[in-house]
Amino acid sequence: MRERYDVTVIGGGPAGLAAAIAADAAGARVLLIEREARLGGILKQCIHDGFGLVRFKEKLSGPEYAERFIEQFRAAGIDAMTLTYVTAIEPLTDGGFCLTAVSRDGVTAIESKTLILATGCRERTAKQVAIHGTRPAGVYTAGTAQHLTNLRGVLPTKKCVILGSGDIGLIMARRLTLEGAEVLGVYEAKPTPSGLTRNLHQCLHDFNIPLYLSHTVTRVFGEDRLTAVEISQVDDAMRPIPGTESVVACDGLILSVGLIPENELAETLGVALDPRTKGPVCDGSLMTSCPGVFSCGNALHVNDLVDYVSESGEQAGRAAAAFCGAARDLAPIEIGKELLYLVPQQIDRNADNSAVTFYFRSRAPMGKSRLRLQCGDAVLFEKTYPFLRPPEMERLTVDLRDLPAGGALTAQLDSLEGGA
Amino acid sequence: MEQLVCIVCPRGCTMTLNDTPDGLSVTGNACPRGKAFAIAETTQPMRTLCTTAATAFPAAPVLPVRVRGEIPKDRIFDVMAAINAVTVDFPAARGDVILENVCGLGVDVIATSSLLSEEGERP
Ligand SMILES: Cc1cc2nc3c(=O)[nH]c(=O)nc-3n(C[C@H](O)[C@H](O)[C@H](O)COP(=O)(O)OP(=O)(O)OC[C@H]3O[C@@H](n4cnc5c(N)ncnc54)[C@H](O)[C@@H]3O)c2cc1C
Ligand code: SF4
Repeated sequence: MRERYDVTVIGGGPAGLAAAIAADAAGARVLLIEREARLGGILKQCIHDGFGLVRFKEKLSGPEYAERFIEQFRAAGIDAMTLTYVTAIEPLTDGGFCLTAVSRDGVTAIESKTLILATGCRERTAKQVAIHGTRPAGVYTAGTAQHLTNLRGVLPTKKCVILGSGDIGLIMARRLTLEGAEVLGVYEAKPTPSGLTRNLHQCLHDFNIPLYLSHTVTRVFGEDRLTAVEISQVDDAMRPIPGTESVVACDGLILSVGLIPENELAETLGVALDPRTKGPVCDGSLMTSCPGVFSCGNALHVNDLVDYVSESGEQAGRAAAAFCGAARDLAPIEIGKELLYLVPQQIDRNADNSAVTFYFRSRAPMGKSRLRLQCGDAVLFEKTYPFLRPPEMERLTVDLRDLPAGGALTAQLDSLEGGA
Repeated sequence: MEQLVCIVCPRGCTMTLNDTPDGLSVTGNACPRGKAFAIAETTQPMRTLCTTAATAFPAAPVLPVRVRGEIPKDRIFDVMAAINAVTVDFPAARGDVILENVCGLGVDVIATSSLLSEEGERP
């Protein structure tokens, strides 16, 4: 007889841990599967502080934040399989799923009524950015550099350039400087920085590391090991401007060029993905297009605050525990062009929508602006923001109990600046 | 008049500082912690510091640590040097003191992970 669970969580980072704890608390029989040896996900290597300000009102480091959840998880006695990969998932004819999990003990088949995909995200690599030249050693993603420095105790570079101003790159600029490496500069192709303002200050300004906007790396030099990179200025369309090249000698190039939700397993299940978030299209309970399959954390959309990752995990955990296969009446939300994305992307009209939590980002930095949610011509909700910055995700909870029947759902951002 | 970004929380308020006869005036901060930060920045800037310490355990060659309280910004590299001179040779748990009163600043360096004490008792 195969093991049968109510909820199986794939991924043991903060999202998966919170989901498992919440589903267990709601009375479900829960299993968590993690491919690495230790639980905690990416937080294991995020040794800097700044986690948990929203939830614990404390500035915790990544490991401290994760271990609080790991301890709760263990105290609840929830089943966990580590060093275990899920290689295949198949829907069962009578509802539920059959998972094939591979571990050191061999291959196990597990049945589960619902699934929570909490697989986090992966980093964009050199292949996804156009850089010419050789492929020498010394080119790392920021996450790899972080893994080497913070978990293995190996400094990957002595003198480096960072491409991309995402938070991980900024954090690594400081971290490498602290450990004695020379960080020559952070180069960002866009005209505005991608990371949080506070990280620009505490990671770059504090250590006099220059930030060059509208600049990119166009070529790498070196046979076995990187010896230099070529930097060019870019135009408005982010195309390198001929004649602006300069060569910077270094032995390391750290790429912090973005994160993409990890959804390989979701794709094998035929889960619909949102081209904006690159994560699954979800309803207010974080259920994907595939009934019984939920998504949370960075697999759903790339978060900048772990507090919201845990929150989305809890939401998914509770919803999975309560899942009974009721028919949905899904209403997609059409979003305006000022919005980079909005999660959830649709609302189940049959569900309890008394407190739907939305996450959104603006496409560009905006001054005073208003978010408005409509059903046909009826305004369901609006909120004014003093400013919006794409690196800083916004979160709000809306009561959508009295959705007017019919009428398309729309969400849009309007600038309230200047002549408007 | 001076602009300063508050780094106390992720909101990152941009504050405007003005010297007035009644002391420093701060605007743009969404909460009182911003003002306290602005005053500290203009007198003695303080920072936390997170790093790793070497261990004697091959399975986990480094242990994440941090200072328990804030330290003066201009002493960061002194504290780094002190931490880099330490080897953790006991199975420290989260919160255990790794280095007491680092550089005489009145602040301890503590482990931020139970990584070492938990080797062998995984879930
Ligand atoms: C470098 C960096 C710095 C950050 N800094 C901050 C900060 O200062 N403050 C803050 O609040 N937030 C910060 N964040 C954000 C926060 O850490 C992340 O948003 C959060 O860790 C995401 O949690 P997660 O559980 O979704 O994903 P992860 O932590 O990535 O966990 C996913 C887990 O799933 C496992 N997995 C994936 N696929 C499979 C599979 N097929 N089978 C089994 N297991 C699988 C992985 O091994 C991993 O353990 C930072 C993030 C990064 C990357
Ligand atoms: S002023 Fe308050 S709300 Fe604004 S960044 Fe500082 S701590 Fe956060």
